[in-house]
Amino acid sequence: MLGRVGQLVLTLLIYMTMVYFLMQAMPGDISQVYLANPRIPQAARQELKKQLGLDRPPVLQYLSYIKNFFTGNLGVSFSHYPRPVWDILIERLPRTIVLFVTANCLSFYVGFVLGRIIAWQRGATVDHIATVVGITFWTAFYPLLSLILIWLFAFTLRWLPLNQFIEPALWVKAPFTSNTVFGYMVLGASVIALAVFFIFWTFRRGLRRTRKSAALAWGMTAGVIGLAIWIAHATGTLIYIWDIIRHMILPVFTLTLINFAGTMLLMRDSMLETVQEDYVMAARAKGLPENVVRDRYAARNALLPTVTSLVLSLASSMSGGLVTETMFSWPGIGQVLFRAALGNDYPLATGALVFTGVFLLVAHFVADVLYAFLDPRISYTGQPAAEG
Amino acid sequence: MPRFDPGITEPIWKIRWKMNMRSLAQNWEIFKESRVGMSGLIIIIAFGIFGLLWPIMINFVWDPLIYHPVVGFDPMMMHPSPPMASHLLGTDPIGRDILAQLMFSTGREFLLGVLSAVISVVVGTFIGAMAAYYGGFTDTLFMRLADIVMLFPFVPLLVVIGSMIRLGILPFAIILGFLEAFGGITVILKAQALQVKVRPYIDAARVAGGSDLHIIRAHIIPNVLPLSFLYMMFNVTGAIVSEATLSFFGILNIDMSWGMMIHTAETAGYLFDFGKFWWLWAPSGFFITLFCAAFYMVGRGLDEVVNPRLRKR
Repeated sequence: MLGRVGQLVLTLLIYMTMVYFLMQAMPGDISQVYLANPRIPQAARQELKKQLGLDRPPVLQYLSYIKNFFTGNLGVSFSHYPRPVWDILIERLPRTIVLFVTANCLSFYVGFVLGRIIAWQRGATVDHIATVVGITFWTAFYPLLSLILIWLFAFTLRWLPLNQFIEPALWVKAPFTSNTVFGYMVLGASVIALAVFFIFWTFRRGLRRTRKSAALAWGMTAGVIGLAIWIAHATGTLIYIWDIIRHMILPVFTLTLINFAGTMLLMRDSMLETVQEDYVMAARAKGLPENVVRDRYAARNALLPTVTSLVLSLASSMSGGLVTETMFSWPGIGQVLFRAALGNDYPLATGALVFTGVFLLVAHFVADVLYAFLDPRISYTGQPAAEG
Repeated sequence: MPRFDPGITEPIWKIRWKMNMRSLAQNWEIFKESRVGMSGLIIIIAFGIFGLLWPIMINFVWDPLIYHPVVGFDPMMMHPSPPMASHLLGTDPIGRDILAQLMFSTGREFLLGVLSAVISVVVGTFIGAMAAYYGGFTDTLFMRLADIVMLFPFVPLLVVIGSMIRLGILPFAIILGFLEAFGGITVILKAQALQVKVRPYIDAARVAGGSDLHIIRAHIIPNVLPLSFLYMMFNVTGAIVSEATLSFFGILNIDMSWGMMIHTAETAGYLFDFGKFWWLWAPSGFFITLFCAAFYMVGRGLDEVVNPRLRKR
């Protein structure tokens, strides 16, 4: 475990070094951009350069970059001057994470359910249709698809708002900032999710699964959500929360449409292997209903590779998030990075790249841990598996 | 010492050739079973024919002044004009023929996709086989490198590189190929090569005096090749999508491609009215999706060849 963490830190350092040299390799270094104003005399330029530490040897500059990163100092953004990079990134990160976690969980669930069904009915019409539709969306040209959906739902039908994160007209008179509301919203959603999970977990474990207990579980879930809505209403944030949610629907829907097929096809392949196992035949021979055999026996064992892919796809969709966020004008990390890279805002671009990298690194680490947790055959100590 | 004579008169390369042909024929039989794979293959062949039509059309049928995909212009009408007899798919905002652009780009997309996929798979297979065979330091080095490459946010990285230097189509394909090669491909192929490495015939080859390089070249690589081929198909899809996305954002220095066509329509403001100007975005968008889907489908078909467990019982 300690070795794994050590490797993690080492990988991060190498990654940061690479980002640093990539940024250094960009034409026109920071001093050029910062000092491009012809009204500043030569002496003042030299003085500024000295103040920024750009006259020092590159090695020292690099060391101070590493030191500054670990002390939480990422410099000051050019395009958002004088806001520090750290400040911008911290503001944007939750939006990105919430958007992508929601979309990924949703597409994972859809893919899981569909994959389970089409593997069970392999070769049937359902299988062919789902595979073709899935592949079409999976390989669809993403920016164009999102434009089409925006045009259809937001422009022509006017069901959903056009892009952005909030409706400015509504928020002008709001007594709080959007980030405060968003923070509470995320907190509330996590609490609700935990509560619902706990309710269903208790009922699945504790009682026999009867119609009555299921109704009770659903009732309690409705109660929790109702309570949350009431709290939001009482504090006067309900319309604002609803506004943010309305803006989230379209990007989440698009991401789900694009991503569900990956999980679906993986689940299908994985299921095709488990349905040939002996325990599935045994479960059938016991006379268990078909859907119980499918859901409890075949699907559960097929879940393992799919869960790993969930975490990894979360990571990769973060980096692909640049496209989503640019298309939907969602003010997250990806959009910041895109604008910073095109606008020569070096500190901000560096910061955003490193931030994304850290997030991906953590995601890979979580995937490893999860895999070891779900599959007892894999040990943590780094011993290779027996088959070698 | 009398040499062992099995009584075979044919030269060894001929026997090898025959064996390869036989296994190819067997695999083809399996591949034919897969309806998804076959449809993908047919679509790819159709695209190939479409792309090959381009030199014929521009040299013998179309007037290059009007139909050139980059600098052509038709002075006889308003632009963009909807489909008509002289321009079967209409013209774009600066008066170039959409069909000519589509045809011209097809060959380029093939070049880009196949080149980057071949680079990634050749390099990835070799590295994966080396890492699996030697283990130890080589293994650790390449696996950690793969971790870092996979860590790099792919699209943002290309955006940063693209905003730094104007990438043409060939450098872009090469960069993409190497990025893929050192990343996921290596890890997957190494895992496969590890399974090959412990087979008895590897030991036999070593006992018979085969050098490391010989064993890797003649025994390990041929056995991971089907899987490499499978990932090549998926990589073509990835390369085309990356190119289209970056072209769409106007980051690449490519004069014409499917992504570029949508970029042109978007920057000229015609994407705000989708229904009215459909011929500006629909053909290229449809082609990107179909092309990628075709390679992906062939990959799915090959998957059934490579993984016997996926086949129908």
